[in-house]
Amino acid sequence: MKQSYSALSLLRHGINRHTTWAPAWRSPPLKDRYDVIVIGAGGHGLATAYYLAKEYGLTNVAVLERGWLGGGNIARNTITIRSNYMRDASIPFYVKSVALYEEMTRELNFNTMHSKRSMIDVIQNYPMMRDRRRRQHIMDIYGSTYEQISEAEIRSRIPALTGGGPDARLPVVGGYVHTDAAVNRHDAVAWGYARAIDSMGGEIHQQTPVTQLLRGPDGRIKGVETPRGIIRAPKVAIAVSGHTTTLTETVGLKLPLRSMNLTAFVSEPVKPLIDVIVNCPDAGFYLSQSDKGELVLGGAPDPGQSFRRDIKQNVFEDTVAAMLSLFPAFKRLKLMRQWGGHLDIAHDASPIQDETDVPGLFITAGWWGGYKAIPAGGLTLAHLVAKGRPHPLMEPFTISRFRHLDYVMETGTTTAR
Amino acid sequence: METKRLDRGGRIDRSRPLTFTFNGKGYSGYEGDTLASALLANDVRLTARSFKYHRPRGIVGAGVEEPSTLVELMNADASGNQPATTVTLSEGLVAKSVNCWPSPGFDIGAVNQLAARFIPAGFYYKTFKWPNWHLYEPAIRKAAGLSAAPSEPPAAGQFEARYGHCDLLIAGSGPSGLMAALTSARAGLRVIIADEGCEAGGALLSRKLTIGGAPAMDWVAEVVAELVAMPNVTHLQNATVWGYREHNYLMVTERSPDNPSLLERTWRVRACHVITATGAIERGLVFGNNDRPGVMLASAVQTYVNRYGVVPGKRPVIFTNNNSAYAVAADLVAAGITIVAIIDSRDSVPEEARALVPGVEVMAGKVVTEARGGRRLRGVVVAGKTGGSARRLSCDLLTITGGWNPTVHLWSQSRSSLRYDETLSTFLPDTPAQAVSAVGAADGALALQQALRSGAEAVARLTDTELPEIPHAPDLPYAIEPIWRVETARGKSFLDLQNDVTVDDVHLALREGYSNVEHVKRYTTGGMGIDQGKTGNINIIGTVALAQGVTIDAVGTTTFRAPYTPVSFGAIGGLREETVALPYRHTPITDWNLAQGAFMYESGARWRRPGYFPKGGEGLQEATNRECRAVRFGVGVYDGSPLGTFELKGRDVGRFLDYLYSNVMSSLKPGNGRYGLMLSDDGLIIDDGVCFRLDDHRWIVSTSTGHADAINGHMEEMLQTRFPEWNVFITAVTSQWNNATICGPKAREVMEALGTDIDLSPDAFPFMSLRDGTVAGLPVRLVRVSFTGELSYEVNVAPRHMRDLWAKVMEAGQPFGILPVGSEASHVLRVEKGFLSLGHEVDGTVDAYDLGMGWSMSKKKPDYLGKRAVHIRRETGGVRRELVGVISKSDRQIPEGAPLTPGGRKEKTEGFVTACVWSVVHDRWVGLALLEGGHSRHGETAHVRLKGGEVIPVRVTVPCHYDHDGEKLRS
Amino acid sequence: MMQIPCPFCGARNESEFSFGGPVKPPRPEPEAVSDADWTAWLTQVPNPLGPVQEQWWHVRGCGTWLTIWRDTRSHDIVEGPGDGN
Repeated sequence: MKQSYSALSLLRHGINRHTTWAPAWRSPPLKDRYDVIVIGAGGHGLATAYYLAKEYGLTNVAVLERGWLGGGNIARNTITIRSNYMRDASIPFYVKSVALYEEMTRELNFNTMHSKRSMIDVIQNYPMMRDRRRRQHIMDIYGSTYEQISEAEIRSRIPALTGGGPDARLPVVGGYVHTDAAVNRHDAVAWGYARAIDSMGGEIHQQTPVTQLLRGPDGRIKGVETPRGIIRAPKVAIAVSGHTTTLTETVGLKLPLRSMNLTAFVSEPVKPLIDVIVNCPDAGFYLSQSDKGELVLGGAPDPGQSFRRDIKQNVFEDTVAAMLSLFPAFKRLKLMRQWGGHLDIAHDASPIQDETDVPGLFITAGWWGGYKAIPAGGLTLAHLVAKGRPHPLMEPFTISRFRHLDYVMETGTTTAR
Repeated sequence: METKRLDRGGRIDRSRPLTFTFNGKGYSGYEGDTLASALLANDVRLTARSFKYHRPRGIVGAGVEEPSTLVELMNADASGNQPATTVTLSEGLVAKSVNCWPSPGFDIGAVNQLAARFIPAGFYYKTFKWPNWHLYEPAIRKAAGLSAAPSEPPAAGQFEARYGHCDLLIAGSGPSGLMAALTSARAGLRVIIADEGCEAGGALLSRKLTIGGAPAMDWVAEVVAELVAMPNVTHLQNATVWGYREHNYLMVTERSPDNPSLLERTWRVRACHVITATGAIERGLVFGNNDRPGVMLASAVQTYVNRYGVVPGKRPVIFTNNNSAYAVAADLVAAGITIVAIIDSRDSVPEEARALVPGVEVMAGKVVTEARGGRRLRGVVVAGKTGGSARRLSCDLLTITGGWNPTVHLWSQSRSSLRYDETLSTFLPDTPAQAVSAVGAADGALALQQALRSGAEAVARLTDTELPEIPHAPDLPYAIEPIWRVETARGKSFLDLQNDVTVDDVHLALREGYSNVEHVKRYTTGGMGIDQGKTGNINIIGTVALAQGVTIDAVGTTTFRAPYTPVSFGAIGGLREETVALPYRHTPITDWNLAQGAFMYESGARWRRPGYFPKGGEGLQEATNRECRAVRFGVGVYDGSPLGTFELKGRDVGRFLDYLYSNVMSSLKPGNGRYGLMLSDDGLIIDDGVCFRLDDHRWIVSTSTGHADAINGHMEEMLQTRFPEWNVFITAVTSQWNNATICGPKAREVMEALGTDIDLSPDAFPFMSLRDGTVAGLPVRLVRVSFTGELSYEVNVAPRHMRDLWAKVMEAGQPFGILPVGSEASHVLRVEKGFLSLGHEVDGTVDAYDLGMGWSMSKKKPDYLGKRAVHIRRETGGVRRELVGVISKSDRQIPEGAPLTPGGRKEKTEGFVTACVWSVVHDRWVGLALLEGGHSRHGETAHVRLKGGEVIPVRVTVPCHYDHDGEKLRS
Repeated sequence: MMQIPCPFCGARNESEFSFGGPVKPPRPEPEAVSDADWTAWLTQVPNPLGPVQEQWWHVRGCGTWLTIWRDTRSHDIVEGPGDGN
């Protein structure tokens, strides 16, 4: 049984100078056989292992991680949680994910600092207003909120937004508020899941890169090869954003995915300034302020395929110039840190979650802004692995859609679509 | 107030006193001071409060490494979180400490010290959960964040960005950087040398060394003078190289450019080769209460004494594990300061080090276990490394050095690798990933002679020339025995002063399983402050290594990310604001439109166009209705210039177009045109438009406004990559032609009034044909196309004739009641006709069959883009959403995009309304929709479900609401 | 920002170019391949952790579509247009 986390337990352990805290997760010896191997201890991999144990009672599970747990894209994103999508295929999935996030702190006994603070889309173009208007009615069917607000309301809720006036290059014409939107603490999500997986008997093995997938003579997956030896399992799930094809190609499996680099950056920490998530699709950036005071910013992706975690200076400058057009006072604010993360984007830019042509081998990939999808993506992948058929929320996102060219053409609301 | 200024010496200008304000009190300093040196000169020791525990803090460093004293600058200089050590003192400067209230002397937040035991690393992950985080968040946020954000842009001046190209970019103008610059500049290379300090010299500014027998700064002055005189050298001071991108692209920001109207200037430098001569940063030592005001880095103490003529303490104790402290001690002695003792953790101290300070007590094999004092250091406790008898020493300054870390940030940003060096006990540059070399202290050459040599050697290798003579520069050899933390320490031992991270915090993280150094960093927040752990990170790594019983390199470093030091967003954005950043397109009659009171906005591809022309107090709807009525019952004119236009020439244009369009274009006769769809190979509709044949080998392709640029790329891609041998030349002529499109039942009468040499009779000049000739005396290309469903003439002229043409059209049309028509009315007219608009009806899911345009999918052509894909999709797909007309059964406009659901119930949608407009011919709301199985549902009732549950029943019809047989447009 | 070698204009900043995607195998004769092969050709692109052959359009320059080999790990251009000839 895990130690409980609370103010009281902090007090109790504080008396003992905190020398009595137990590890949040163990480092168990690596076995040579499991019921399920999950590759990747990022957000999606950890969530999958968590739901395999919690919902489907599968605990003889190993999560294999090349680096350190929580070091995937979960460590390099802009922590925006939202469900303002446009199509029937997508909205219910993200609504579910937002709901699971809202319960996460309680469920994991780990404070994920879920801050349901609303997202305001700041619109500077009439065609974009039409696009947003279209979303609000269909989102309502699935219980997701989207309310139109005036320019004056935008300015009263975001006082720092002083640009985009009537004479500006792109004047602010109005906007929409998505009250379900939230930010939280990404490390806490990873660590909270890891601690819960461990307490239910699952194992997380860090510094254990998978170098090769292994198939049996019947063509089924039979395990994986790592520098620590061969590990067998009848079911293997890949949750390694960006590197999906690198792994599947070890068994000759091709997928409609290509890897890209998406970058983000933060400012120096400043006192509370903006208490909503601000998304400016016409200007081409979005931002929110972290609890530490840093402004977390993101913009357009680097167009080419990339496995380099760096920012493209020209793309970065575009984003900064766009941000300054609406927030001119930030000229004196300073950039503190920037980073990039790999993701893979499917041919139709929607996610793929399915069993592959290699029986027993599952993938969850193509998550573009996949942070918000972590809990629901883990839940649905766990369902797929345990039951052998897609979760109803993921039915539109199977690989077979590419055989029929039945694309899911969804565009996210952030500029990083 | 006691002044701590030496009588003479230092690089300050004592003839130019300056006054400044810090935390509301007035002080004075000199030109050449930093805020930090001036505060120390005024004996201000307590300058800050720490982030979490609000412990009293002072000045620790002398440069960018400063972890403790961050200030907010006020008034014209307004900016936050500046290390006091990098703020150049100026007359009237106003600064205040961040993160304490009301002042560092009396700080309310200091109550956190009492609770310190109960708020260890990561405590917030364990608490603040009930009832929810939202309850606690505002208070937590208020406590965090350091400075306030600037609330106004700079009142005057601007930022600038420019490109720089060079053979060699040198980052750092210390001894090795200057030596590299001199050698390479003399060899004729184009050199840019940039340095973050306000003066060249690097560490030489702070040290008392000689080069070639003369003071080292004389050598610096000579070298700088020679460099500045050379045309192939650009020398920048106050200019930080902060980013190292791919393809040797580096970012340099000058903070005080030579132009007074410039605030900052960013250079985007593309360098054939880069030399990182970035020096080294001293690291602290980790013992109890090592954060007390008065505990300072040895290099900082040396800087204050030598460069600023300030005595940071009269009774210093020095605590070291390496040789460099002895040179500092010698400088203190030379300044007349009596050293209490040197505590050296090494059991045996090299003789050449001791020899620098004869007569000073050296306590070898000893460590400081604890600093004593509160707001001001009062003494230290000294003991053996494993304990034993403790001795108290009284002092007012503790000068510490934990050794030197080469500044490998830029090197590492270039993705070049590092290795751990046992001898120097630090990470050193290893294998370069780009054309880059590290020299001097940045490469571990920590003694002066070595540094000079390495700078020259790097250039000699690069230019394949002989090594020049290196001047004699004696310096104490560097030697170190690392001590990552004092194991017998008492009290909080800080690893990261800025984020208040202690040894206990790191141990707690490890105990709880956060064993990777990245976990340690994130769980404790160590190294994640504004200083990015410049002085403390390696001690965190060392503490982890000690606890885990592994080597330093097994623990590894965390990633070095740009920027090296914070950079203002203004400097990154440069001049790129508003129309400079994002130009818009418009046509020659914009002035006329504005004079008519047009409501202008952008409607795709950055074209700024008139939406409608309100008269009197009209709103959008009234104006639009009036314009629509003019077109339907009289005549209107709109400016169709933004439509994408391309001229294709060559023998193979016909088959090229047959490949691009789903229907056949090659069979067109000269002078005739045809509407068509372009598909991608995925079978998605990427554009629609009309195509005209001018003669055997010349064609005009028109595209939608919004997709013109994309279609240009698409056509060039197909031509250049799939059919490079085909004889086709594509010229974008959108801007070479403007037009006035005259439409409505009276269009022909207006044309006749304008006067033309073209026979306008329907037989001679039918719908979808084109004629060259003159209209109103202007050379024109006249085209009979219609996007409104009315008789329509597109009068194309060269842009130089556009204003003339427009005026003549308005004049000739006046008797017929001609009105200018904006894009809102155009939208209504095309919806009434059931004409497509990309982005409305075509949203990436429908094909030609869904749109009722199956006729456009050629059966005859064996292949064209998208043919096979559409076939596959239709063969296996389920129910399709098909284009229909909808007529609202209520008197309410249906919002565009509103979903259609079965029976209006709250369930999965079966389509949506793509457009809904007020029809002036039907006097009701009509629209278009994509509806599942829509083609077989004409006459049925479908249901729009709005947010909140309101249901609007609609009648499903054919898409065309007006002139179904097209008699009017062909008339 | 990369520097891309244009065969006509020389080395130019990436911002002058528009990304044209990875080079796929030649388009099959539509009637000569199965549906599965056709959709695979349509939807799958090379995605190597290493050199990839890709196209760029010099749209703010001479207008040429060019082909390079670029390492996706480092962004180093390992073979420029025409280097392989």
